[in-house]
Amino acid sequence: MLRTFKGGLHVPDHKSDTNKIPTRKIDGAPVHIFPLHQHIGAMLDPKVKVGDYVRVGTVLADSDAYLTVPLHSSVSGTVTEIKPYFHPSGTEAMAIFVENDFKYETVTTLNPKRVDTMSPEEIVRVIRDAGIVGMGGAGFPTHAKLSPPKDKKVTHLIINAAECEPYLTSDHRRLLETPEKVVAGLRICMRLFGLDKGYIGIEANKPDAVEAIKSLNDSKIEIVELKTKYPQGSEKQLIKAVTGKSVPSGGLPVDVGAIVINVDTAYEISGAFEEGMPVVSRIITVAGDCIKEPCNLEVRMGTPFEFVINAAGGYTSQPKKLVNGGPMMGIAQFTDKVPTVKTTSAILALSESASVYDEDSPCIHCGKCVTHCPMRLMPFKLARYASEDDLEMCQKYHIMDCIECGLCSYLCPGRQGPVQNIRMAKQKIIENRRKK
Amino acid sequence: MEQKLTVSSSPHIKLQEDTASIMLDVIIALIPATAAGIYYFGMRALAVILTSVAACMLSEYTYEKITGKPITTRDLSAVVTGLLLSLNLPVTIPLWITVIGAAFAIIIVKQLYGGLGKNFMNPALAARCFMLIAWAGSMTNFVQPFMGYGADAVSSATPLAVLKGTSEGTLPTLLTAFLGGKPGCIGEVSGLMLIIGFLYLLVKRVADWKIPVCYIATFAVLTYLFGNNTTGMSREYFTAMHILTGGLLLGAFFMATDYVTSPATASGRVIFGIGCGLLTFAIRRFGSYPEGVSFSIILMNVASPLIERYTVPKPFGKAVKP
Repeated sequence: MLRTFKGGLHVPDHKSDTNKIPTRKIDGAPVHIFPLHQHIGAMLDPKVKVGDYVRVGTVLADSDAYLTVPLHSSVSGTVTEIKPYFHPSGTEAMAIFVENDFKYETVTTLNPKRVDTMSPEEIVRVIRDAGIVGMGGAGFPTHAKLSPPKDKKVTHLIINAAECEPYLTSDHRRLLETPEKVVAGLRICMRLFGLDKGYIGIEANKPDAVEAIKSLNDSKIEIVELKTKYPQGSEKQLIKAVTGKSVPSGGLPVDVGAIVINVDTAYEISGAFEEGMPVVSRIITVAGDCIKEPCNLEVRMGTPFEFVINAAGGYTSQPKKLVNGGPMMGIAQFTDKVPTVKTTSAILALSESASVYDEDSPCIHCGKCVTHCPMRLMPFKLARYASEDDLEMCQKYHIMDCIECGLCSYLCPGRQGPVQNIRMAKQKIIENRRKK
Repeated sequence: MEQKLTVSSSPHIKLQEDTASIMLDVIIALIPATAAGIYYFGMRALAVILTSVAACMLSEYTYEKITGKPITTRDLSAVVTGLLLSLNLPVTIPLWITVIGAAFAIIIVKQLYGGLGKNFMNPALAARCFMLIAWAGSMTNFVQPFMGYGADAVSSATPLAVLKGTSEGTLPTLLTAFLGGKPGCIGEVSGLMLIIGFLYLLVKRVADWKIPVCYIATFAVLTYLFGNNTTGMSREYFTAMHILTGGLLLGAFFMATDYVTSPATASGRVIFGIGCGLLTFAIRRFGSYPEGVSFSIILMNVASPLIERYTVPKPFGKAVKP
């Protein structure tokens, strides 16, 4: 029996476009752009000046704030500018521009670390200094995730290999190509909490990846096969499927003893120890019906989208939408000049027919949003109260529990866009709370 | 890249299904029952059906044109209303009454309350009840299948009236009641065709099983235990006859499952179905009418918002204390 959660829906996944093609490492772009906002948390302070020479691994920016990690250069060359620039979150952010000299000189201080002689504090420090954040899309700094309150006991360390977003196959390829590194990353985290069991939750549509992990013959790693269903990779839904426990409303995974880390995050953790290499590149799925040769690419941080897309053969036709991340939760871009950041798990170029939203018709109360909501909310009701600006009723119907997976809008026959309305109301509620 | 990109909030993909495609599925699901109605009651049945559908479409178009609202006839919901209304009429119904009923369904029940999605009663059923009260004679003038419909057509008691003992007449066999060929409304004639249509809706995931199953099961249990069986037939036979005759299957499969007027919550649908079964049994058993499906569903329609409010599901993670 495959494990899963209640609700959700299988969404056509389009994964066969890319899941059989080996990952290709691409060359750097002439100019790399490093926004000072790479993840959830405070903005970083630049540690370099215009004219400085930087190497692969040079710290470009850092901050004293807890919820931050340093940002490293992915190329060697000269800092040419520090100015506001487009950010894939749809806004602008201060960014450091580095002109690539294509020599890829690496900083000399990068050394492998001996994890077995380190204290938990030292392990967490290495993870922070390597600039590691949740690479799945949310971008929560990993050192903070691995430092739960002292009174919480961690029992389940879970690698999130569900990869439930359509089109995305980067986690799948990582597990196929370097399963030993992903597992090594998990084992470092297990060591941190003195656990002798780690879990990998993976959707059943990746049997070859399951085999790849099994072939490692690591008895301390338990593979949990999950039903292929969106949003199986959502943290709470994954924990429910793997442990059977529900993260309390408003609580954290560690409240039920769970910590979830992404496949690529585990991969980066092993890199930080085995090679001493910080996060300077990441795997990106480049796909969508407007991409000539959909594939997975190993891309140096700060490469402009345009450059990455050209490495995938360029566009077949003018896309209607360009998305940073998956089609269900990713962010639509207004230009392909934006640089990749640590949370760019995918670049999708979608045509009109793939991303169409025609004019809306009324809610016919079909209840499909209620049936499939993974948080068991009533999206159509929330959307109505949200559009009426009735924030009190929104909260009565638990609007803050919405994880914004977008399933309600995906399946709404009335094209009502419940999640879009809900998102706006949540924003207003958060702002009101801040004012108080 | 020269042209502009669309920037909007996620998700960026969409299931192709829309209101019109759902309505089209309902129409497809009603084709077997409609065909059976025409087969057993002749071309006159087709005339009633076409009149009802045309009158519903025209009412919707005219009302929206006059009030300056966007024209919504393309969503096919008026076709469904027209089709369902005609399937709930006897073949002998004068066409002018059909037109008035259709206009009542669309303009009074649906549009005056704000159009599709806002009505609190199923338009076709509300219109049928209105017609039943306004033209009681015409609405209950049932004939045997293959009997024609002219002045010489002989009125025939429906099986339900015979079961109740309020009319004299012969009952069809259970097989006839199931396959088709009993006096009654156009759409009720064949249980089998209604079941085939509903299975199509289940396969297409347009309809949920909860309301019809709870409705029919509740009704069956109550009829089996407390039915006023004076006919001398076995309890099982009596119960099966009650299920297969009258408008129960048509109502349970296609009217009680109307999205707009039934609860959207899972437990709400169970309660709604049980309520329909309870009321239908009560009316057939104790009421002065032999049939109670329409009134039962309409009464439950009115209770639907209340049921929904008390059956809001507990969100994920709310049951556990943080």
